[in-house]
Amino acid sequence: MAEGVAPDVAGAAAPLPSARDVAVWRIALRNRGVLWGGVVLALIALVAVIGPWFVVDPTNLNPMTRLRPPGEAGLMGTDQLGRDVFSRVLSGARVSLVVGLAVAVIAIAIGLVLGLVAGYVRWTDAIIMRVMDGLMSIPAILLAIAMISLSGATLGTVVAAIVIPEIPRVTRLVRSVVLTVREEAYVEAAIAAGTRVHMIMVRHVLPNTIAPLIVQATYICGSAMLTEAILGFLGAGIPPEIPSWGNIMSEGRTFFQLTPWIIFFPGLALAVTVLAVNIVGDGLRDTLDPRIARTMR
Amino acid sequence: MLVYILKRVAMTIPVMGVVALFVFALLRLSPGDPAAVIAGDFATAEDVARIREQLGLSEPLVVQFGTWVWSLMQGDLGTSIFSGKPVTELIAQRIEPTMLLALTTILFSVAVAVPLGTLAAFKAGSLIDRFVMLFSVGGFSVPVFVLGYVLIYVFSLNLRWLPVQGYRSPFEHGLGPFLSHITLPTLTLSVIFIALIARMTRASVIEVLEEDYVRTARAKGQSELKVLMRHAVRNAAVPIVTVIGIGIALLIGGVVVTESVYNIPGLGRLVLDAVLARDYPIIQGLILFFSFVYILLNLLIDLTYTFLDPRIRY
Amino acid sequence: MSGAVLSVEGLTVSLPKGADRANAVEDIDLAVAAGEIVCVVGESGSGKSVTAFTVMGLQDSRALKPVAGRIMMDGEDLLRVGRRRLRKLRGEKMSMIFQEPMTALNPVARVGDQIGEMLEIHTDLSASGRKTRVIAAMEDVGLPDPASMYRAFPHQLSGGQRQRIMIAMALVLEPDLLIADEPTTALDVTTQAQILDLIKDIQARRGMGVLFITHDFGVVADIADRVVVMQHGRIVEQGLAEQVLRAPEHPYTKMLMEAVPSMTPPEREAATGAETLVVEGLDKTYGHRGLLGGGRLVHAAKSVDFALRRGETLGIVGESGSGKSTVARCVMRLIDPTSGRVLLDGRDIAGLSQGALRPVRRDIQVVFQDPYRSLNPRRNVGQSITEGPVNFGTPQAEAMARAEELMRVVGLDPDALERFPHQFSGGQRQRIAIARALAMQPHVLIADEAVSALDVSVQAQVLDLLDDVRDRFDLAMLFITHDLRVAAQICDRILVMRQGEVVEQGPTADVYANPQHDYTRALLAAAPGAARLTV
Repeated sequence: MAEGVAPDVAGAAAPLPSARDVAVWRIALRNRGVLWGGVVLALIALVAVIGPWFVVDPTNLNPMTRLRPPGEAGLMGTDQLGRDVFSRVLSGARVSLVVGLAVAVIAIAIGLVLGLVAGYVRWTDAIIMRVMDGLMSIPAILLAIAMISLSGATLGTVVAAIVIPEIPRVTRLVRSVVLTVREEAYVEAAIAAGTRVHMIMVRHVLPNTIAPLIVQATYICGSAMLTEAILGFLGAGIPPEIPSWGNIMSEGRTFFQLTPWIIFFPGLALAVTVLAVNIVGDGLRDTLDPRIARTMR
Repeated sequence: MLVYILKRVAMTIPVMGVVALFVFALLRLSPGDPAAVIAGDFATAEDVARIREQLGLSEPLVVQFGTWVWSLMQGDLGTSIFSGKPVTELIAQRIEPTMLLALTTILFSVAVAVPLGTLAAFKAGSLIDRFVMLFSVGGFSVPVFVLGYVLIYVFSLNLRWLPVQGYRSPFEHGLGPFLSHITLPTLTLSVIFIALIARMTRASVIEVLEEDYVRTARAKGQSELKVLMRHAVRNAAVPIVTVIGIGIALLIGGVVVTESVYNIPGLGRLVLDAVLARDYPIIQGLILFFSFVYILLNLLIDLTYTFLDPRIRY
Repeated sequence: MSGAVLSVEGLTVSLPKGADRANAVEDIDLAVAAGEIVCVVGESGSGKSVTAFTVMGLQDSRALKPVAGRIMMDGEDLLRVGRRRLRKLRGEKMSMIFQEPMTALNPVARVGDQIGEMLEIHTDLSASGRKTRVIAAMEDVGLPDPASMYRAFPHQLSGGQRQRIMIAMALVLEPDLLIADEPTTALDVTTQAQILDLIKDIQARRGMGVLFITHDFGVVADIADRVVVMQHGRIVEQGLAEQVLRAPEHPYTKMLMEAVPSMTPPEREAATGAETLVVEGLDKTYGHRGLLGGGRLVHAAKSVDFALRRGETLGIVGESGSGKSTVARCVMRLIDPTSGRVLLDGRDIAGLSQGALRPVRRDIQVVFQDPYRSLNPRRNVGQSITEGPVNFGTPQAEAMARAEELMRVVGLDPDALERFPHQFSGGQRQRIAIARALAMQPHVLIADEAVSALDVSVQAQVLDLLDDVRDRFDLAMLFITHDLRVAAQICDRILVMRQGEVVEQGPTADVYANPQHDYTRALLAAAPGAARLTV
């Protein structure tokens, strides 16, 4: 009724809406974080896909050139078995990207379903959320280590072990969106219009989860890459013969004082990749989720 | 109040139950014979049988779970397969460095992150703010162990200011050696924690600064600094404290890695050694132990809400 | 003007680029003399609040920049004094109270300390000296037992008490000027009357000037010495209250005053249609006894009875917490009644399962209060209006044709069906919500505070529309409102509720002319402008 301290421009400064979702994507791309993070990620992905064809085989042993510094043998030197660190880092990018993507997609899918159910089917709420509370209180890395050491280290188990601790966060997010949206007057109007529960979900609730889930997916992707590397580093990750960044660094530990580059180069690659993912995430949050953006900008 | 505390404590029981069930299921439902997995590749049939007996794996699942929970409730976390010692005893032996590292990290992180986040919120949009946000997003992106090695490389190997690795107990060796050994691990572990808390502090202070009562304080003629300290930070406390609680999970994961990088003989190392040795009772016991610590700390944090916000009364 | 505590001269405040107009306010000239109450009145977007906040220097300085004019107080131009000086003037010379006393007080600080903060900033008093002053100030604004209320937190007080705390805080240093920004808008009508009395009383005792911002001509009639009418950032008319209220000159002022619904209900014939909605002994309780005995029971509605005929409008009137919305939501079965019967065309729907309820839903439709939240922002108007009919098997094309027709009925262009809610104003959205309800061809239409969020000029139009569609479609309308003026104009019969109970029920004209219950009398007496505003 009364205008606030800030002018209510035209009386209808609607919240950044949504019907024009395509337009929103265009706005998102105008965000510098999304743009630059996206460009860096695209480059990394490109290098990860085609790079390994242009360098020596990362598993190629060459005992004659062991532990050589960068420049002397290859761009990033060689490791204790004489393998080319540069080629190994390139292959590692593939592993990281695959793990990051797979974990994000699977965790979001499972969390979405659980969150919708918990938020809408009342009697399941307490059960699902207590299980999620339990899952959340198990330290993610310990859980992953235990799962992998028991089930054997394969790409699949590593992904599964990283997915499980991420599920509660997604579930909570989706559930909170559902609980907020179901209180909206337009949902009550839809109930009054005789819209069936599943259609209310599809039409009115689900669209509201998309933006926060996309943002959440980027953060999960970034943290999954880190966790994968940590597991590899601790010797509890992907089988050591696969050159993932974590594995390369794990093998570099023994000779760290002598040849720090074996850890630093893959570490740098990992940090840059995750940084790019997180910056894209921040940018998407600012543009897709205007309510949070106001405070988190 | 007392009723609330009791209720809140009672609410943690199902959560602990879920944790126990999950940890239990992890071993029993994993593919293959758990006894064989634990015994390792070179074990004889007798070894496997012995382990199966030791873990009670031949009983029905329900009975196994019942016996196990019963012993848990008596404070028995199991017995190490290799050393034959109770897991609780092993934890007691190794807990000091882990606890002290966690403590220094939390203290240091909060001391740095809360003022930093507040400052960023106060100067939102400024250069300082951008720096804090950049640091925060960077902190989330650098793997803990890489950071650890960079710090070792710079401060220990090149500058030679601090010892490379290891741990000195303040009770045995005195404060000086303790501090010089704990500094780098604390720094390493703090980065992600600072990133997390600074981000949350900034977000909640910015939100509070938009509140009407902040406008009221300004209308009274209060100075900006006092508006910030007396009204904004005080009201932003609940989300900040909450995120510290959530961050404890992050901290526990980080401790394992940091202890490994700096060769600190704490609980993290105990886990890793147990993984290598496939000493499953230790892993199981430690996961439970850490989970319960997390649940209890978050319970304590929940209880502090009543002091931070008078509206929260139960 | 001599003796002016505040004089605003040619004030222009610019808006950021891209706003719908260049300036939030333009060329504002107004003055407040010691001992007078000046009301600035206008609808949303008129710039009345921007003016008030700019005087205090509290406007959002990133968006709103004063670009011309002076704000003079005691020979100083507030637009040109330094920050430090301005801070000193705030509280000592001028202070402000706000619309929402709940959010305007710091929720984690004791109210006494919040008043004391004013003294801490501006005086050298000791802690005990401050406390004495604070308690005296609390007594002065009529707060009961100030010594113990000193230690209370804002959430432990009622809305009226919180606003009294705000007033005590604003006035503890006895400033020359009090700026009040819609200080009673968020309060119930009886509380509003008390707060207005308090402001008038203290103002008279101390001889201070008051700049009072409001949208409500009733409030103007109650307290103003002089009136300033604003529209689109400009002053269109100002003068003595007597004069402006009796003989408004500017067409906008006339329009605003004519739009204020009269407290006198028009003659209405009793409806003779069939009884379509009958509510018997409706109860709704919240909460339950906890296992540990800590539970609490709240009676939101207690044995409510009424009957509603086709072609009739029944108003449920009450203040916040009266249970009026609870009744509406129970009738719609958005919440489940605890006990009692809800008969729709003779069939009890109170206990129906959600599945059995679905076919019944089309007969009861609703228009909600907040036009910004009652339409899904992601769906276009056509989709929103046709959702219901399509649910019940109407072919899409037919539903669209009907939607086009309904858009004409509610006074909107049928082409607008393809647009999205954010492209409409609040009043237009409320029209869309009405069209959506009508699309179901209901027997009963529930309007839950449907015009409360609208500006008074828009409000009148939407009320006319509701009246019109009720007749056209022979609807039974249940009209929930807190506003007695609105109720007088649209309702055939009135049901007055307090704390979940019906205290009085009868034909509108009878209830207004001859209220039976004390509470009804209090409500009617408290309606702002009841005495002076008889347009």
